[in-house]
Amino acid sequence: MSARRIVVLGAGTGGTMIANRLRRRLSPEEAEIHVVDRDDEHVYQPGLLFVPFGLAHLDEIVRPRRRQLRRGIEFHEHEVEAVSLERDEVQLADGTLLPYDVLVVASGVRLQPEETEGLEGPAWNERVFTFYEPASADALHGALERFERGRLVVNLVDMPIKCPVAPLEFAFLADWYLRERGVRERIELVYATPLDGAFTKPVASRHLAGLLGEKGIDLVTEFNAGEVDGDAGKLVGYDGRELDYDLLVTVPLHGGAAYVERSPGLGDALGFVPTDRHTLQTAAKPNVFALGDATDLPISKAGSVTHFEAEILTENVVRFLEERKLLAGYDGHANCFIETGFGKALMIDFNYETEPLPGRFPTAAGPLPLLRESRLNHLGKLLFQSVYWHALLPGRELPGLGPTMPTAGKKLAATT
Amino acid sequence: MTTTVYADTPVEVDAEGFLTDPGQWTEPIAERIAEENGIPELTDRHWLVVRFMRERYLATGSAPSIRALGKESGVPVKELYRLFPKGPAKLAARIGGIPKPRGCI
Repeated sequence: MSARRIVVLGAGTGGTMIANRLRRRLSPEEAEIHVVDRDDEHVYQPGLLFVPFGLAHLDEIVRPRRRQLRRGIEFHEHEVEAVSLERDEVQLADGTLLPYDVLVVASGVRLQPEETEGLEGPAWNERVFTFYEPASADALHGALERFERGRLVVNLVDMPIKCPVAPLEFAFLADWYLRERGVRERIELVYATPLDGAFTKPVASRHLAGLLGEKGIDLVTEFNAGEVDGDAGKLVGYDGRELDYDLLVTVPLHGGAAYVERSPGLGDALGFVPTDRHTLQTAAKPNVFALGDATDLPISKAGSVTHFEAEILTENVVRFLEERKLLAGYDGHANCFIETGFGKALMIDFNYETEPLPGRFPTAAGPLPLLRESRLNHLGKLLFQSVYWHALLPGRELPGLGPTMPTAGKKLAATT
Repeated sequence: MTTTVYADTPVEVDAEGFLTDPGQWTEPIAERIAEENGIPELTDRHWLVVRFMRERYLATGSAPSIRALGKESGVPVKELYRLFPKGPAKLAARIGGIPKPRGCI
């Protein structure tokens, strides 16, 4: 039998991991693997949080995409025009056609600041920034260094966003950074969210709201930002509430990649791809799979999720090619460190069914406390970048970090 | 879960006042819930949104988010907030007799 062809759209965390894992599993005689991305810059996205505080620089967190791919994977540096589900074919912007036996959608999300009125106005990257995008994160560093007095508002426009804890981490780090600079008492810090609490999951939300309070950060809830008046320095909610700011750090709306919307039958209204929550096969067609931020799954858009999904998805692409029953193995496992400033971080670990709870990770005797600030969690977060480039992306197994959520160290009965 | 009475009909609601069985819903019930939440009269535009939410929930098992609602119902987000002040998705779901939209993660 001739080699089957696997096409992966996106060479970020998910696309790179899945291509490398499949390349290890399947010989060149069994499968050709093609990966498409529009540029050659792979950003270590957790690093973006540190850029505004001068704790990381862009040149440390950006590497060439093609260098992260194993030998025997063909990289195409082009925009995707559209996917034809009918013809099992991807059309690239230069007209190239890539027919496939299996398609993996791993193209993540696209920031959509243009969907919020006035956000990209004259104040963009002057008084209004986002650390979700490298250039703006870098510009924000300059603005924070010069910020002496006034009001800093951190706002996420609406869910879903990548790494839902990141704006909170930003607020915690801003508090730390401004104290270090000795200007904190002249600056008001406000955290405005469309959610009805600090976070989406009740137990973690209470812990995090407590931390905001301790650090003197005002929490404004159920605030749905509808408009930014850049000149006046006003963030206006759909309900008419106004928040004045001197510096606005926003997390713009997120949607799927543009080609998803150009591909009939592939995505939903926001450009996310409807995906089976356990097998990661899409609803679009049996030979189309998806992982990471590109899916519509009810779980955080985060690298850890993508990593756990990649293990299941590798297995399922192989099973699909061999016409075997798919493994319904993904349980929604997510895991992340939350920077809280002053060299500390807390950690949360959860899945579709179990919200983040206190305890220890990965077992009751494990080294990392859950939902509690510690230096070790902060060190874990810092060390993670090296793990990312050298173990996660190449598709090596990490001992003790499997795709399903461990329950051994969690206080499962906890309600406070 | 408690039982409450709308338009002379006893219905089961959860702690936040959302009907737990969409099958118990009727239009007079919707009007009462709307009144209770500061909307004295449901206009055609209100009904368009409420029906869209309800049909989508019954067909797919989940209610659309406010953004998807703005894109797909034909009622822009700004107008949604005028029709259902504070939380359009939440309030329209409540009036439509379906569970609270799960929001996000």
